[in-house]
Amino acid sequence: MRGFLLSVGLVAVLYTLNAAFTGGLGPALAISPYFLQVICLAGINVILAVSLNLINGFTGQFSIGHAGFMAIGAYASAFVTVTFGEKVRSALSFLPMEARNDILLVVALAVGAVLAAVAGFLVGVPSLRLRGDYLAIVTLGFGEIIRVFILNIDAVGGARGYAGIPKLANFFWIYFFAAVTILIVYRIVRSSFGRTLVAIREDEIAAEAMGVDTTRSKVISFVVSSAMAGVGGGLFGHYLMYLHTNSFTFLKSIEIIIMIVIGGLGSITGSVLGAVLYIAMTEGLREAAQYRMILFSLLLIVIMIVRPQGILGHREFASFLTRRRRLPTVPPAPIR
Amino acid sequence: MALLDLSSVTMRFGGLIAVNELDLQLDAGHLYGLIGPNGAGKTTVFNVITGVYTPTSGKIRFNGAEIGGQKTVRITRRGIARTFQNIRLFGDMSVVDNVKVAFHCRQGADVGAAVLRSPKHSSEEARVERESLELLKIFRLESLAGEKARNLPYGSQRRLEIARAMATSPKLLLLDEPAAGMNPHEAQELMDLIRWVRDRFGMAILLVEHNMKVVMGICEIVHVLDYGSTVAIGKPAEIQANPEVIEAYLGGA
Repeated sequence: MRGFLLSVGLVAVLYTLNAAFTGGLGPALAISPYFLQVICLAGINVILAVSLNLINGFTGQFSIGHAGFMAIGAYASAFVTVTFGEKVRSALSFLPMEARNDILLVVALAVGAVLAAVAGFLVGVPSLRLRGDYLAIVTLGFGEIIRVFILNIDAVGGARGYAGIPKLANFFWIYFFAAVTILIVYRIVRSSFGRTLVAIREDEIAAEAMGVDTTRSKVISFVVSSAMAGVGGGLFGHYLMYLHTNSFTFLKSIEIIIMIVIGGLGSITGSVLGAVLYIAMTEGLREAAQYRMILFSLLLIVIMIVRPQGILGHREFASFLTRRRRLPTVPPAPIR
Repeated sequence: MALLDLSSVTMRFGGLIAVNELDLQLDAGHLYGLIGPNGAGKTTVFNVITGVYTPTSGKIRFNGAEIGGQKTVRITRRGIARTFQNIRLFGDMSVVDNVKVAFHCRQGADVGAAVLRSPKHSSEEARVERESLELLKIFRLESLAGEKARNLPYGSQRRLEIARAMATSPKLLLLDEPAAGMNPHEAQELMDLIRWVRDRFGMAILLVEHNMKVVMGICEIVHVLDYGSTVAIGKPAEIQANPEVIEAYLGGA
């Protein structure tokens, strides 16, 4: 019941904010289109970072292929709206236009998520046998394969890029799915299954010996993470209305990794913070013109020197608010 | 029929024969010791039994089923649990979570249930929490339940490893040097604990140990290995008097 009320409240807040930002509640509350776009891209980054953290942070499997799964979600969902959009809209003609668009978006995102999950499965099963650097290289390779593959599909624009995608995503949907992503990852991590993931990160051999099917756990976390990256990609395409494979190079994967590393691997709130901070730094430094990337790199270096474990480390933000309780060190009682 | 039955198991790494035609029978409810000089193949025997290695030849039957070469997970789920010579705890997880991980293989609810917070998942979580704390109480770790495993003192880490292995509800428990690095007082406590665990849960325990006081103090049958082959099998007193064992340890006169 409490959960239900919270979700209704969240949807209401997001809906109101969406209206306010776009000027629906009077010009005083509207924000500039540039600023709105930055906020929306930050939301997409949150989805990507939190989902990648499930693999890299919690399961400890270093993947550099996230942009590939994002690309699959982006292109697949854009293809759905561009190709079948009119059919879906006319089939739902009894609904108001806005509702039709929302349904279309959700269906397209679902298709993108499923395809990204399938790709995650196909990539994950062979790659996740590898550890450390080897896994990183293989996932990087698969990410690039996916990108080049899409680059050669003429139906989605090929090297010209994919134009003409309707603008179906907005602040509301981006932050709605960011919340869903956070909720899913939070619940997974705080479950029996989630403990097996952290156990794999801590010591794979011991996890196996304690009856954890490590391959299965790793593949599931990879698939779930890929699906969520697919949703992030779908929102990206439907927000910017244009897709090009250049947005999904391995540099994009590295960007997402930077977000989770500065936020703290293995911390959901850390990933959110890292994603927002990343875009705040890159956009905030635009004033600095040609020195922008130099300053940005310096900031990253400073963060890594001051907080090598990431800003929040392994911990969640809330754990800093409650005073750390020292457990009493009771002298052990004799056996029996 | 024996609970665990190794018949002429050989494990070869290239030209090195780590375990040579080993026969080993363990019955439920007994305490066994596996001793031998460094490099005798004791840990390899553990790794073969738990599926880390597939034996080059020979049969391993557990509870009537052939388990040689099966994946470690399957063997653990059949009822063989182990601890490690160099402690392998999940360092960044809390003490109670370490134990909870080991309960996972007996839990039914999975990812979907976790995301949807199904009643089944919640009730299982509550049960696992309760049973984990009970187990920690047995091993006198309940006051440290919320502490990170890596922050525990050495002796407690060893106890936690045994507690974690117990959470998989094993029929056979393999302990790889449980008393390593313990002072005499801690070793004595450990002996009491191992004996008590065996009496309470009635499983078979096989331990590899260099601390002879521990081995001779609690094991009912001691199996001596040297160069991968059996040198002697017998009661502790017989082993201590056996000239071949003395020769294996001290070298021939």
